Amino acid sequence: MSKRIDLVDLDIFYGDFLAVEQVTLTVNPRSVTAFIGPSGCGKSSVLRSINRMHELVPGAYVTGEVLLDNEDVYGVDVDPVLVRRTIGMVFQRPNPFPTMSIYDNVVAGLRLSKRRRRSKDLDDVVERSLRSANLWAEVKDRVDRPGAGLSGGQQQRLCIARAIAIEPEVLLMDEPCSALDPISTLAIEDLIHELKDTYTIVIVTHNMQQAARVSSTTAFFNVNAVGEPGRLIEIGETSQIFSNPRVKQTEDYVSGRFG
Amino acid sequence: MTAVLSGQAVRPGDRVFSGLSLAAGVLVLVVMAAIAVFLVWKAIPSLTTDSANFFTEQQWLPDRDPPVFGIAVLAFGTVLTSLIAMGIAVPIGFGVALFIAFYGNRRVSTALGFTVDLLAAVPSIIFGLWGLYYFMPRIVPFAEWLSTYLGWIPLFRNDLEIYTKSILMAGVVLAIMILPTVSAISREVFLQVPRAQTEAALALGATRWEMIRMSVFPFSRPGMVSAAMLGLGRALGETIAVALLLSAIFEINWAITEPGGNTFAANIALKWGEAADNGRSALIAAGLVLFLITLAVNMIARWIIARHEEYT
Amino acid sequence: MTTVPILTGRRLPRWSTPVVAAAAILVGLVLQFGGISPLGLAPALFAAIGFIVARSTWSWILEGRRHATDRLMGSLVVGALLLALVPLVWILITVAIRGYSVMNTEFITGTMRNIGPRVEGGGIGHAFVGTLQQVGIAALISLPIGIMTAIQLVEYGRGKTLSRWISFFVDVMTGVPSIVAGLFIYTAVILTFGFSQSGFAAGLALTILMIPVVVRSTEEMLRIVPNSLREGALALGIPKWRVITFVVLPTAISGIITGAMLAIARVAGETAPLLLTTFLAQDVNFNAFDGSQTALPTFIWDQISRGTAPAIDRAWGGAYALILFVLVLYAAARVIAAVFAPARE
Repeated sequence: MSKRIDLVDLDIFYGDFLAVEQVTLTVNPRSVTAFIGPSGCGKSSVLRSINRMHELVPGAYVTGEVLLDNEDVYGVDVDPVLVRRTIGMVFQRPNPFPTMSIYDNVVAGLRLSKRRRRSKDLDDVVERSLRSANLWAEVKDRVDRPGAGLSGGQQQRLCIARAIAIEPEVLLMDEPCSALDPISTLAIEDLIHELKDTYTIVIVTHNMQQAARVSSTTAFFNVNAVGEPGRLIEIGETSQIFSNPRVKQTEDYVSGRFG
Repeated sequence: MTAVLSGQAVRPGDRVFSGLSLAAGVLVLVVMAAIAVFLVWKAIPSLTTDSANFFTEQQWLPDRDPPVFGIAVLAFGTVLTSLIAMGIAVPIGFGVALFIAFYGNRRVSTALGFTVDLLAAVPSIIFGLWGLYYFMPRIVPFAEWLSTYLGWIPLFRNDLEIYTKSILMAGVVLAIMILPTVSAISREVFLQVPRAQTEAALALGATRWEMIRMSVFPFSRPGMVSAAMLGLGRALGETIAVALLLSAIFEINWAITEPGGNTFAANIALKWGEAADNGRSALIAAGLVLFLITLAVNMIARWIIARHEEYT
Repeated sequence: MTTVPILTGRRLPRWSTPVVAAAAILVGLVLQFGGISPLGLAPALFAAIGFIVARSTWSWILEGRRHATDRLMGSLVVGALLLALVPLVWILITVAIRGYSVMNTEFITGTMRNIGPRVEGGGIGHAFVGTLQQVGIAALISLPIGIMTAIQLVEYGRGKTLSRWISFFVDVMTGVPSIVAGLFIYTAVILTFGFSQSGFAAGLALTILMIPVVVRSTEEMLRIVPNSLREGALALGIPKWRVITFVVLPTAISGIITGAMLAIARVAGETAPLLLTTFLAQDVNFNAFDGSQTALPTFIWDQISRGTAPAIDRAWGGAYALILFVLVLYAAARVIAAVFAPARE
């Protein structure tokens, strides 16, 4: 499991509007890469182009290449459904399916391809996924209860369990902690640490301390003015980006002078 | 020193204006109650003279001496035409709503939504006129097909070999008439599904249809039930088109492709002109039953929606 | 480095849809001109079903069950849409063709006085007067009541139990069948208070149908007036009723007018309540308070029930005028809504 991602000359459009321009970067397998930058710099759009969620916005499209171990995600015969199965995603706000139990939420992705009722196999997957998401201890006695009854932090870990239950190669996280309190945030950060041994993780975050804590590589995006496209300014090892950035804009941002 | 803040606690203008608006609101409640009261009051004279069982009698002779009339035939025809209408309009209406909410692009969807709503603006007398002279002759082959290939089912048997002015025809035209109701309400319900829910399903690798089943239907189920029921409410009370399209033979006939059948509303419109005092009172009694049925259907539908809104 | 592709499934080629569609149309044409109807189905229907089945089957073989289901449901959704548009287009075209052929000045201004069912000629002038008067009466009564009720719900009674009941019964009132509204006015106004059958009674019946529509549309418009506007005015020390009449209502006025016009369009086409409350007249009756008065829908009803060819022609003419009246109201309402709509996201 876990694959490398290469973005090559990626341009992201919303209709006629060029939102992000000429992004080229590499995400290494079994590592955490953080995308940081001010609001509107397009970091979330870049993330959403990796698993083709971007194109769900009416009129949105991309040019350039997104390669998953050299296979173009936007290739002619590529099935976006398979792309999203291979590249899992966790969203800004926890979004468990409100009408499903915790158990059904975890296996929701698996049930799509395999018509199985509750079986020993599925039980194992549920336990394994919830354990991986550090949620098993808290919910093991009530997996048949609705997922909506959990706290915000638990719901987000349930969403992570749901994403990893289908064994993706890559896990994309779009500001996964922005709707959570500090303690839940810490729990998710711990979880990211454990997951990076298995998955390629890309995380978008507003929070620079979080980027510094969880990631090994950091990419800084910026936008000059509203209406202009966002750009990748600098990518490098997290320690280097925060202590010794090569570009002035990055230094201004990480030292808190703007954004 | 004079007090600057004290004056009249409520200004006369405010009192008059809020009083008027309250009165208008209460008037709505009064009218609803008055409908029930007046219909009951004016139905009683005929009900006391009825020598048959009002609910099971299959004849309608309220002006005869002694009066013999009952709503069995009307209830049968009303329920059956409405069920046929629902069976056709509900799936198609949901399909239209799904297209507008999840399949079409925004501009096409807005235009189509407006176009389907336009169907609701066509007066029911025009549906009747068109149904009588254009739609019915063209759909006779469909009724023939049903009785040829599915005639072994008693419902579709046709011994008369006449296929017009049947319960089926009325049901199909009713379906067209309630379609905009079903599609407009379910469209609103579908558009309320949070994007977070649809994206969650897609990010798990769901196809569009799987996304709809996984995150749209569970979320929208109460609203879809209400949309269907409000469509049912319209079908139950529809008068003029049905009056023109049914042969108004006063009997219970399960063969829905044969001419026959009658409904509460159509019967009132058709018999009103020729009815004497007791006849009109009997028609008012039938109208009361129709009112109570539609009231129940609408109240249940609204109650489902209201309860759902409290959830979310 | 080469890798085994994991993202590409076998997909239907892009040309699959046009090709299957072309094949289906071809089969349909062959059946049509060969005069064959397999299973008794019309060729067009057979072709449409064939298209859906063929494409889904092909997809199943090539792409598997999940994509096949997705394509099948997609076809059904599009099919539902097309099916829904057929009657609308059909009705509009039929009314336009049949109605236009009887249109002339005499038809628009004339009446049915002294014109028998077998005679050509006559007109809808009297019915037009009736429709305008009856709908006018309904609008005059229901607009103030409806708008005030909406003000009660949005401005004064928010969250109060009474308002919840009013709101609930406004919704339920939307579902009152039009014939029941007619029966109610007949029992209350004509039987109990002794009024004669008249255009006024018909207007009252239409009022019952119009009030809930006006309340709902006005309520929606009042709700989108931003609260900051109200608070800003209240903070200036303006009494609440003046805030409502001089700030809130003017802001929402275009939406309220739109809603009112849609409500008028809705009731203008009602037939059933008129049959019970005013019935029919063959000549102009300008006095809405006394005697029968024909309106456009009841004119059509009357002509249909006569059943002769000239009468049916007149019915189509009436339908043409009625649908034009309703559509003009509809279109005007949309234009007002679009032109004066407050800037929104």
